Amino acid sequence: MSETSQQSLGTEAFAAQFQARRETLPGSGLGWLGALREAGIAALAERGLPTPRVEDWKYTNLRPLETLALTAARPDAPAPSLDLVPSLLATTDHPRLVFLNGFLRPDLSRLADLPEGVELAGLADLIAKQPDWLQSELSDDGKFETTALTALNTALMEDGAVLRIARGAVVERPIELVFLGAAEAQPLSIQPRNLIALGEASQATVIEVHAGLGEGVTVSNSVSDVHLAPGARLTHVKLQDESHRSYHLASLRARLERDSTYEGFGLSLGAALSRNEARVRLEGSGGHCLLGGGYLMRDKQHCDNTTVIEHLAPHTSCREVFKGALDDKARGVFQGKIVVHRDAQHIDGHQLSKALLLSDDAEMDAKPELEIYADDVKCSHGATAGEIDHDALFYLRCRGIPEAKARSLLIQAFLAEAVEEAAPEALREALNARIIAWLAAKPQGAN
Amino acid sequence: MAATSETIRQVQDIGERYKFGFVTDIESEMAPKGLNEDIVRFISAKKGDPDWLLEWRLKAFRLWQTMPEPEWAKVEFPEIDYQDAYYYSAPKMKDRPKSLDEVDPELLRTYEKLGIPLKEQEMLAGVAVDAVFDSVSVATTFKKKLEEVGVIFCSITEAIAEHPELVRKYLGSVVPYSDNKHATLNSAVFTDGSFVYVPKGVRCPMELSTYFRINAENTGQFERTLIIADEGSYVSYLEGCTAPMRDENQLHAAVVELVALDDAEIKYSTVQNWYPGDENGVGGIYNFVTKRGACRGRNSKISWTQVETGSAITWKYPSCVLQGDNSVGEFYSIAITNNRQQADTGTKMIHIGKNTRSRIISKGISAGKADQTYRGLVRMSNRASGARNYTQCDSLLIGDECGAHTVPYIESKNAAAQVEHEATTSRISEDQLFYCRQRGIDPEAAVALVVNGFCREVLQQLPMEFAVEAQKLVGISLEGSVG
Amino acid sequence: MLEIKNLHATVDGKPILQGIDLEIAAGEVHAIMGPNGSGKSTLAYVLTGREGYEVTEGQVLYKGQDLLEMEPEARAAEGVFLAFQYPIEIPGVANTTFLKEALNAVRRHRGESELDAMEFMKLLREKTKELGIAGDMLKRPVNVGFSGGEKKRNEVLQMAVLNPTLAVLDETDSGLDIDALKTVADGVNALRNAERSMLVITHYQRLLDYIVPDRVHVLARGKILRSGGKELALELEQKGYADFTQAA
Repeated sequence: MSETSQQSLGTEAFAAQFQARRETLPGSGLGWLGALREAGIAALAERGLPTPRVEDWKYTNLRPLETLALTAARPDAPAPSLDLVPSLLATTDHPRLVFLNGFLRPDLSRLADLPEGVELAGLADLIAKQPDWLQSELSDDGKFETTALTALNTALMEDGAVLRIARGAVVERPIELVFLGAAEAQPLSIQPRNLIALGEASQATVIEVHAGLGEGVTVSNSVSDVHLAPGARLTHVKLQDESHRSYHLASLRARLERDSTYEGFGLSLGAALSRNEARVRLEGSGGHCLLGGGYLMRDKQHCDNTTVIEHLAPHTSCREVFKGALDDKARGVFQGKIVVHRDAQHIDGHQLSKALLLSDDAEMDAKPELEIYADDVKCSHGATAGEIDHDALFYLRCRGIPEAKARSLLIQAFLAEAVEEAAPEALREALNARIIAWLAAKPQGAN
Repeated sequence: MAATSETIRQVQDIGERYKFGFVTDIESEMAPKGLNEDIVRFISAKKGDPDWLLEWRLKAFRLWQTMPEPEWAKVEFPEIDYQDAYYYSAPKMKDRPKSLDEVDPELLRTYEKLGIPLKEQEMLAGVAVDAVFDSVSVATTFKKKLEEVGVIFCSITEAIAEHPELVRKYLGSVVPYSDNKHATLNSAVFTDGSFVYVPKGVRCPMELSTYFRINAENTGQFERTLIIADEGSYVSYLEGCTAPMRDENQLHAAVVELVALDDAEIKYSTVQNWYPGDENGVGGIYNFVTKRGACRGRNSKISWTQVETGSAITWKYPSCVLQGDNSVGEFYSIAITNNRQQADTGTKMIHIGKNTRSRIISKGISAGKADQTYRGLVRMSNRASGARNYTQCDSLLIGDECGAHTVPYIESKNAAAQVEHEATTSRISEDQLFYCRQRGIDPEAAVALVVNGFCREVLQQLPMEFAVEAQKLVGISLEGSVG
Repeated sequence: MLEIKNLHATVDGKPILQGIDLEIAAGEVHAIMGPNGSGKSTLAYVLTGREGYEVTEGQVLYKGQDLLEMEPEARAAEGVFLAFQYPIEIPGVANTTFLKEALNAVRRHRGESELDAMEFMKLLREKTKELGIAGDMLKRPVNVGFSGGEKKRNEVLQMAVLNPTLAVLDETDSGLDIDALKTVADGVNALRNAERSMLVITHYQRLLDYIVPDRVHVLARGKILRSGGKELALELEQKGYADFTQAA
């Protein structure tokens, strides 16, 4: 068998890390947590890290990870100055948690004066306090498929954001979670674990900002579990702008009870390799899920958006819209799957993936999938890949706009469609500003 | 939901109306049961293969033994016992008949019953037929007329004997013997099939057609078809298939290779109506077929049209490798699955040359407890500047126990290539059915009408002679040809 | 021809028709007018047998037979025709194919011989000429991409070809400008005769200037609250439906 036909990559390095640190990981005295971690490391060993031979990873190769001599991040990194903490918000009074290399930095966070009904804390602190609900929230209830990456996170998780919104609370101010990566010569592995639970009929907006300080290599493998009680509504926006040598692997698992709504939007700009994997279960009727994404990649960056939306109850709907632009030798991947289970009738599901290739060496791979076992459904998907519309470009140039500027405008407009459709209004300007900044970093038209 | 249950019954009827389930009582010569090198040699000897072909078969067989079963398709079936089948079955004849007068009358009657009369005077004018019965070709019609313009249309056995240079040059050049498990098995044990060569600048004066019939029990059918359209030529080729109703599953692992040189065009149409098994999923053909066309020449064109209504399991992806600049690939498909049928079918369009174009129109209808998957690949290589693809895949669900899945792979490595894919899945509309019924059309006919409309874009691609059969298969009256 | 007695019907369990009594003799044209939501379209669907419209009480006799017992296609074959308010699109099915399929189904039911392609085309050409309908509309898929006016004219053409004895016209005027309205009304008037009854459902009096009814009924809150001659329509035009929509 040739090397490429291998089903999995070795996980010995992580196993060694686990063996060395099992006694010092948070909650090492807790029997249930120890058992959970053991199960995680066993599941990881069994699966191995996936290679492109595994269907779900057909277009994203984790092999470069093998060559990194990873060490676990420690909480002792020197703190950056406060004004280096990036934000998508202009306000300075919103609740905020800041993590450096995966560890909560209370000195940089804003935890005082939380709005009513909001519980916000670091996972490590909570493990120390052992609230009675923590075990069930962290335990794998089998509803989501255990993947190698989620198993790895479970085995080695140390800290992360825990947000709980009380029943009926409508939180106006957005809650911001900032994840900073700052590695020196040693590549660091980081395993953040976040929990977001909204009580019945509550509403909240969560903003995640992931950024790199300096050019060190971090490998972040995060798991975010979202649970929406009946009637809850979560708006979840993420900006990923990590260092261009880093790896950003993010698994989102969302469970939506009846009449709840999840609206997620992610803008990916950074990392050498990023994979945003979202798995959403629409478990109660009336649930709705909107997943949006934008990505702008250049050099040899690789960005993978993989989504699995499962309709398990009747009268549920979903909408996905992902748009991106790929320059140089960048590669974009979209894998979207909508599954309609038997007996989940009256389903509306729509999915769209559009990519602009800005260079002859860029590549886009898309796999939009529908898997349908019920008949009263209206599902569709669309996917396109191609270059900038020549007619539009010509039109702008005829009106006197220089080519580079015209190209920038068209790319910006292309991405803006996804922002308009899937991101909350209050954040669109900030997101568009990031898109414009990305475009300004390299004049368009060189191709 | 009265209309829905009517609908289900209507579609079930199509399955129950399998008219081709009879068995022809004819004496056959068979190879011993099972599969090993001796069987491969036996087949090779029976066919009078030249040495190079025997070597090729053996190479394929040895590789096949090491290959795992492909598992990526969304189909489920018990492991195939390859040793529990016959790999060669031929109606007993002293020599291959030289003319139709020498063909066993029982065989001629069989094809008449299938609606394919082989006597030339009775045939639909303008269609030449190669009739393949179990493992061998029993008759080819209109050969003389075709020879006059230089078109070679014969069984592949005959072609190996009489045109070895052509066969050797192209056999396995599009689907190599190592391509996939089923194609590799075919390479080792193929027994017959059709061969077509259309010389430079010739527009083939009639439709060419092969009619495949599995008759014997416990027999696999492994035919191999090779069509070469030389520069500036055109040919339209049709293929039909049926089999008796039997409780066992029979394997059909065919390979079809098409080669189109500069400015040539091949239109390949299939109406696949192998026995689908009964309503409980007992019996039926496993249709594991590898079909691929190479648009080698500039401005060449290959068009696949398929109407897939039969088989217990269909595993089939007629593909185009668009090598020549400006070449065109097309795939038009209707797949109907009912009862316990499973189909995983679609196409691959590999764009290599500049300004290559492809178009995919797929219409899937799933009813009963059937599962159907469209699986397709569109790849734009980095040389394929100016290439275009358009894909439209629609699925219709009838009843709440069936499944319809869409799995397209879209890979683009060229900024100056455009790929556009659209897919929808929905159920048959109650509004449309009521509208038809209010005009006096009964529910069965209303479903047929709506389904006909759903499939129209594909049905229009079929040559007239087959469109008729296909429309009947889709459950549609012929009266729709007005206007 | 048609006798409706104390008809009650529900949709999704909600009572819509609450005791309709109506009699239409052969050759008569009756108009049903009423405000939005009064149950006009429900009446049309109950008469033609659409799923989801449940009759809870009452009776409908058509040529002495129990209409409510029959399947939708049997009603059509017996001569009940509904011109839809929103004609349905059927992609891929040519208008001619559809009409021929329908006509021959109806003819089979009546024990008449089916028309072959030639005979059918002859009949169709005759009717399109009479109604002034362009030939290309016949080749296009049923109602797909038709303008509002074309859809309504297509309904009238179907009526002319299928030759019903009871035609129910459900808001055939909706969405039409005055010219299109006249064309459609002319078509309908051409089909009036001593054997054919019509039930014209409309919100506006305007249509009744062109299709002059023998009787006018006001339907509101699921009941016929008033009946009269054609002058009743004019009165409604002036006064509106306010008198009928207020709770009794």
